Amino acid sequence: MDIWTLITDPFVTIYNLLRSGIIGLLASLGVPPDWIALIVFLIMGIIVVTAILIVAPVMMMYMTWLERKLVARMQDRVGPNRVGPFGLLQPIADMIKFLTKEDIVPEGVDKPVHLLAPIVVVIPVILSFSVIQFGVGMGAVDLNLGLLFLLAMGSMATIGVFMAGFGSHNKFAMIGGMRAAAQIISYEIPQILSVVVVVLLAGSISLNGIIEKQSGLFGLGWYFFYLPVGPIAFFIFLLAATAEINRVPFDLPEAESELVAGYHTEYSGMKFGLFYLAEFLNTFIISAIAASLFFGGWQGPFVQQIPALGIAYFFGKTIILIGIQLWFRGSLPRIRVDQLMNFGWKRLVPATLALILFTAAFLWAYRVLNQFLTGLGG
Amino acid sequence: MDLFGVISQLVFLLVAVLTLAAGLATVLLRNVFHAALALVGTFFGVAAIYLMLEAEFLAIVQILVYVGAIAVLILFAVMLTRGMMQTEDSNINSQWAWAATAIGVLFVGLFILILQVPWKISGQPVVGDTTPALGTALLTTYLLPFEVVSVLLLATLIGAFIIARE
Repeated sequence: MDIWTLITDPFVTIYNLLRSGIIGLLASLGVPPDWIALIVFLIMGIIVVTAILIVAPVMMMYMTWLERKLVARMQDRVGPNRVGPFGLLQPIADMIKFLTKEDIVPEGVDKPVHLLAPIVVVIPVILSFSVIQFGVGMGAVDLNLGLLFLLAMGSMATIGVFMAGFGSHNKFAMIGGMRAAAQIISYEIPQILSVVVVVLLAGSISLNGIIEKQSGLFGLGWYFFYLPVGPIAFFIFLLAATAEINRVPFDLPEAESELVAGYHTEYSGMKFGLFYLAEFLNTFIISAIAASLFFGGWQGPFVQQIPALGIAYFFGKTIILIGIQLWFRGSLPRIRVDQLMNFGWKRLVPATLALILFTAAFLWAYRVLNQFLTGLGG
Repeated sequence: MDLFGVISQLVFLLVAVLTLAAGLATVLLRNVFHAALALVGTFFGVAAIYLMLEAEFLAIVQILVYVGAIAVLILFAVMLTRGMMQTEDSNINSQWAWAATAIGVLFVGLFILILQVPWKISGQPVVGDTTPALGTALLTTYLLPFEVVSVLLLATLIGAFIIARE
């Protein structure tokens, strides 16, 4: 193991070292081979899951900091600046506050449903992290159905929102839950259809497969640059995804001025914290998917020589996309319910369907032309 | 039996028990909203069984379609129903004995039928990624049934619109 590999690709190298170390140790103790396979699988699984469970909440905490700072700047304010330099310790103070607050359960609520709702909202988001490819060979699992898995996890969130809205037995929560459900169902369709465009271009539904297909042009062969379909599909995806996770300008389900806080009105303490966690992690997941599908994920110049650069590329792209969503929040007013539905069903869905047909026709024409030209050459 | 065989048997038993419990809860719970949530649990159990049979595509589509769409539709309908918040109607009426008999006969009949069919079982394990094979089969060998189902769904959609407009 030379030092150069350790510097250029630290995480994968350490992972492999640890793995071979455990296998060697168990083999020298005389453990039978199928037990070794099981124990190694369990230990490495626990390590990867722990890494995700540490990275995800820390990401979320600093996303709240970024949001407050960025939106404050846009509104000509300073933002948090009291706790630590530039307010950098503010998220930690907030976390301590969440953990120590009293958990109030109102008397009339449907107890089991009220208790389970925040858990059901958080689990699919955390599960989504398992297929995201954070760098070269740095995904917890490389499912060959990765993209489909992410979409399925995204669609599960509705159930938790329903449970929170209905289980609270509160009219604001109920209306918020209904709005959220209607919105998520409507905008799930253009979101999935815009992803189909990328699947057509890449010919794969594995996230790693799609990212590897974008390696052309010195690591810049991103699908965003496939004119004219790439940018259109990206903007449709970004709009539909922002609506699906209920963020501004599509934050009708938790519109403060009308509905108190929407479906999580009756939650306090860490249960509210879980809804907050899920919202920010959803923003991260959406940006990570967009970065992987349209901007090449960890793909970029020199990534083949120095794999560690891939992590920087991935997080850089994702954070820029998160920034765009925060920019929406800082500058756009909330839209009305009827506008939301009209825009979703009458504009976005037909536009995306037309885009898919165009992409398919284009790819078919390209293939026919290619065959014709190779026929001439031969 | 090797170690992985034992573990997968145990996991299967656990999943099967949970799925059946969720199914029973769907039928027996008094509160319709709770019953619908128990149905979601059943869908997950079925998805887990698909996963254990190495049908990943089916498992994910099961979650995407059944949990993400059909269960949401059911929950939506429950929420739109008037007075659903407090009522806990009994789910047993005077016809329950007849219903139980009819369902029991149907179940036994289907069970015997399934046992008698000589299912073709390939001794070979599933190799690699089944999704492309599935897609190719749907769009070549089974294109006609696939299109007929699409037309049927379209007809249902238009029908629902016409009923809703009246």
